[in-house]
Amino acid sequence: MVKTTRRFAAVMLLAVATAALAAEEGPRLLTAPSDRLDVESLQRGARDFVNYCLNCHSAQYMRYNRLSDLGLTEKQIQDNLMFASDKIGSTMTVAMSRADAAAWFGTAPPDLTVESRVRGKDWLYSYLLAFYRDDKTATGWNNLVFPSVAMPHVLWNLSGTQRLVETEYEDSDKAQAAALATPGIATVEPAPGGKYVVKTLVEQTPGTLSPVEYQRFVADLVNYLDYMGEPVKNERINIGIVVLLFLGGLFALVYALKRNYWAELH
Amino acid sequence: MQRLLTWIDARFPLTKLWEEQWGKYIAPKNFNFWYYFGSLAAFVLVMQIVTGIFLAMTYKPDATKAFESIEYMMRDVPAGWFIRYMHSTGASAFFVVVYLHMFRGLLYGSYRKPRELLWIIGCFLYLALMAEAFFGYLLPWGQMSYWGAQVIVNLFSTVPLIGDDLGIWIRGDYTISDVTLNRFFAFHVAAIPLVLIVLAAVHLMALHEVGSNNPDGIEIKKQPKDPKTGIYLDGIYSHPYYTIKDLVGVVFFLIIFSIVVFFLPDVGGFFLESNNFIPADPLKTPVHIAPVWYFTPFYAMLRAVPSFLNSQFWGVLVMGAGVVILFFLPWLDRGAVKSIRYRGSLYKAWLGVFVFSFLLLGYLGTVPVTVWGQFSGGWSDALDTKDRATWIARLLTLLYFLFFVLMPWYTARDKTKPVPERVRW
Repeated sequence: MVKTTRRFAAVMLLAVATAALAAEEGPRLLTAPSDRLDVESLQRGARDFVNYCLNCHSAQYMRYNRLSDLGLTEKQIQDNLMFASDKIGSTMTVAMSRADAAAWFGTAPPDLTVESRVRGKDWLYSYLLAFYRDDKTATGWNNLVFPSVAMPHVLWNLSGTQRLVETEYEDSDKAQAAALATPGIATVEPAPGGKYVVKTLVEQTPGTLSPVEYQRFVADLVNYLDYMGEPVKNERINIGIVVLLFLGGLFALVYALKRNYWAELH
Repeated sequence: MQRLLTWIDARFPLTKLWEEQWGKYIAPKNFNFWYYFGSLAAFVLVMQIVTGIFLAMTYKPDATKAFESIEYMMRDVPAGWFIRYMHSTGASAFFVVVYLHMFRGLLYGSYRKPRELLWIIGCFLYLALMAEAFFGYLLPWGQMSYWGAQVIVNLFSTVPLIGDDLGIWIRGDYTISDVTLNRFFAFHVAAIPLVLIVLAAVHLMALHEVGSNNPDGIEIKKQPKDPKTGIYLDGIYSHPYYTIKDLVGVVFFLIIFSIVVFFLPDVGGFFLESNNFIPADPLKTPVHIAPVWYFTPFYAMLRAVPSFLNSQFWGVLVMGAGVVILFFLPWLDRGAVKSIRYRGSLYKAWLGVFVFSFLLLGYLGTVPVTVWGQFSGGWSDALDTKDRATWIARLLTLLYFLFFVLMPWYTARDKTKPVPERVRW
């Protein structure tokens, strides 16, 4: 029996390993250096979200007073993060109608409340660092993580501008190696003639923030978006630890009880 | 208390019912690890019903409000997130325990005479569970909910002649819409749960009538009774022994379950798919539509079957047959013994093939067909598709069915070992 169980477990492991090996398509993403417990980072992220994102993007399931999770008082929220017309219990909506937005941008900017749960932190972080100048698009901007995205690079004043650099390689392996060696974002795409092209970004003009400061800015923003996607996350994890400790103790008791009862069988 | 019980027993067979169904039920004493999953399935069923009732207090089955009502639950309802994660994790947990419970049946021949009907009731339970999961998955009204339902309903539209009308009849509309959401809600919270509860009760009654199988496949009821205890030699009272043992199983299950609920509720997209955090949009088809993991083996079979005579119906037939064939298991198995402990190498090998094909099909159902690249060369045109994964899926589908179709042959030929008189434990 043990053998069958072991064989079954081995097959299960194999299947899981195969699943893990299936490579994700698209660019290799950067790891978002955000910390869900860093309250100051979350506060900065909330401020930046309200100032830069919450004009086109709504967060219609997020209430302003929920920001008290981040150690802010209602007074602080009202004075710093809200427009005068909103109430503290209202959600983060925008004035722009979805029909207008679709007409202006080609597609309505998505609501960002749960965007972090759709894309993941690393995708958002990489995306906000991957804008570059592109004269061929309607907005004059393009993005390495989300090609032909409708959104213009609204943070360009802060970040400065980047341009695209394409390098051709003979085969896939060399291109992959070059992409791996790039510190920033890089994608590998097949090119005509069986060759492969590696796309990377370099700075064109500096912004008001240094590259490191801008990365910090984006990390804060992503940290906030991640919080907003599931405001209960920290509480959930804290409760989970207590629940597991309780269940662990309960298991020991129940198991001892079972041993005791079964000892009389022979 | 005793007087109250006497009063009730004179009017309703309460004590009799309790003793027949559990209190004085005699079970083999050698149940192992695999025998936890029956009671766990019952536990998860109750958990899903209780959490479901609380979810229904906040959820709004309305295409314009459904998505929002769930976010409201996750944010503004006290402990709403906890109830919701219990329910979403519970759905996957239900399939985990049911698959392991069914696999136990395969290991020890629990479907063999006299338990054929017990197995068939179980198969109906599995069908009802699949229906319950399917109807429930539309309710969050995210992109995967919407397009997943679209794909499944379209399966019915492939039925020759009446297909299109059948699709409209199921949806109540030309597309998946508010009407569809309302009727799926009705099925998910009322109709199918009733079926599940009744079938589960019938399943238990049938079990307690014929008695439990065990890892040795020995019928304890054929043994003489112990003169001291008055029960079969290898039998014990399920209460208190299995009551306590199953309690250990439940607490252990809750530990694993809590790890998921509190630390990784979406399990990297396997339990809660990331696309389902985008509200349903009838105008935007997701690039890659995949059902939740518990349907993916059958989904892979569906995708593997090529269209024939201008119809996709064959794939639907194969997928349906993949489930229906389980019903015939009691009559396909001609082995001299029940338990894998005394089976020969043929059955063991085929069971291994079955498990391997089921798991790998399950994996293939979660990924695009292009995952392993394409065949090159002109000869691959003859294969109807160049996708390597499609061909592997076809091979695995064939192996899956061969496990059943060849069963009368290999079980009868298998070199079995003699079954002892008494159970090993």
